[in-house]
Amino acid sequence: MIIRQLSVFLENRTGRLTELTGVLAEHDINISAFSIADSTDYGILRMIVGKPEIAERVLRERGFAVKVTDVICLIIPDKPGSLHHALEILSENGVPVDYMYAFASAEGRATVVIRTDEAQAAIRVLSQHRLELVRAGDIYQL
Amino acid sequence: MEREEMRKLQGERLSAMVRRVWNTVPFYRRRLEELGIQPGDIRSIDDLSKLPFTTKQDLRDNYPFGLFTVPQEGIVRLHASSGTTGKPTVVGYTKQDIAMWSEVVARSLTMAGITASDIIQVAYGYGLFTGGLGLHYGAEAVGASVIPISGGNTKKQLQLMVDFGSTALACTPSYAAFLGEAIMEEKIAPGDIRLKAGIFGAEPWTEGMRSEVERLLGLKAFDIYGLSEVIGPGVSMECSCQSGMHIFEDHFIPEIVNPDTGEVLPYGELGELVFTPATKEAMPLIRYRTRDLTRLHAERCECGRTLVRMDKCVGRSDDMLIIRGVNVFPSQVESVLLEMSETRPHYLLTVDREHNLDTLEVQVEVEEAFFSDEVRELEGLRKKIQSAIASMLGLTAAVRLVEPGTIERSMGKARRVIDNRKS
Ligand SMILES: [Zn+2]
Repeated sequence: MIIRQLSVFLENRTGRLTELTGVLAEHDINISAFSIADSTDYGILRMIVGKPEIAERVLRERGFAVKVTDVICLIIPDKPGSLHHALEILSENGVPVDYMYAFASAEGRATVVIRTDEAQAAIRVLSQHRLELVRAGDIYQL
Repeated sequence: MEREEMRKLQGERLSAMVRRVWNTVPFYRRRLEELGIQPGDIRSIDDLSKLPFTTKQDLRDNYPFGLFTVPQEGIVRLHASSGTTGKPTVVGYTKQDIAMWSEVVARSLTMAGITASDIIQVAYGYGLFTGGLGLHYGAEAVGASVIPISGGNTKKQLQLMVDFGSTALACTPSYAAFLGEAIMEEKIAPGDIRLKAGIFGAEPWTEGMRSEVERLLGLKAFDIYGLSEVIGPGVSMECSCQSGMHIFEDHFIPEIVNPDTGEVLPYGELGELVFTPATKEAMPLIRYRTRDLTRLHAERCECGRTLVRMDKCVGRSDDMLIIRGVNVFPSQVESVLLEMSETRPHYLLTVDREHNLDTLEVQVEVEEAFFSDEVRELEGLRKKIQSAIASMLGLTAAVRLVEPGTIERSMGKARRVIDNRKS
């Protein structure tokens, strides 16, 4: 249930993001989901990729600062109130959410990437409420 | 040697040297005559302060061989330091000078515990720069096995370090850090590196950088000091107490003077370091102004040596930046970064002038170990660096976090400053 997310430190320079996507394309690595958190000078690209170990290595080799963090991925119906329901469960059970991002996938469903320091607790309470979590083996093919 | 004995020896060597330059170097004769000084007036070390200073400009004015005391037949080696402004500074050596230089470097290496059973990798540049050949001859004098690999070619450095089992490394501290990082990147097992001593010099470095390099390379790092005008590396050297560098003052007579007035300052006070290399044959200098700011200490060292010790240089008056009227040394920024231990010592200061106001930007590479994937934490780091720099320098700098590896690395001296106000 724990998914490996890659975070990359990127300076806000023209072409830097393209360089990164190029490296991944070269190694035939698919990006399943990503988001960018930025400040004026730099950004942090967070992404879920296929073959995360290889991605981590090849990006390092090209001089990118890479950090691997554990996240969980939740699948919810792509309709009003469903994200609210999931977040409510987490907050009621005292599970802090550092950040999250979502992307809609096929068949009217959305995948939400959640970063929390208490991943195990999150998995437990969400499963208890019959919410669907993505297994590591599946997400990398999304 | 007790202080009085040393002073007696220095006095004898000084008066012989003054007599020699009087007879052989027109520049010095003229300068002494202008001050009404006869060689006979210089009888003891107490007379040193009567003598005029020699500056780098004097060396340039006498370019290339004007300060040599011997004809070209007597010169066996020429070194030159790159002139950032104008002509390079040239120094010449007689056979005896090379022997004396080898001896002081040999003494330096002995202080670092290096013996004939060591294998020393000399990764200072060989050539006009005095680092490579200086260490080379000194190491041979000790009887150690020398690997004259010179600077650069990191892969080969690491290969020979492992295959030959180098036990000592001599290079600039920034190159040592670079090699240490390369060892980590290449995932070389710590057991394959047999280094025990590092002889690092030719650029300023901090205590923080020392522990960084000691950790990365698993050795004890010793500071060696020197400048080509005086001889090259081996003017002074740290002993295992690591409490200042012992000056080989039987050859290089040290003084600390007020950089503005030239007045001699007592032991313990901060000022400009001045050397009189009295035993040098080819190019002895009278009271050479090094532009290095430091302190001298005369108390006996815990190691038992009575040789005067100098502190690590606080800065070079040449390197000193004046930003909004504040004196800034790049080494101060470096010590701030190392104390935080979350960032590598790779940084770059950029000074500019906008609307008649000086601006300072400090670029700092984000170390992977610290890199957080949360903007909040990175911003926290940036602000922490900013406020530490502000309290160290007394002025506000803009701090910019940059990707690792983006600040230019150099094999020789590290470039730490870009001053756009000059262009
Ligand atoms: Zn000592």
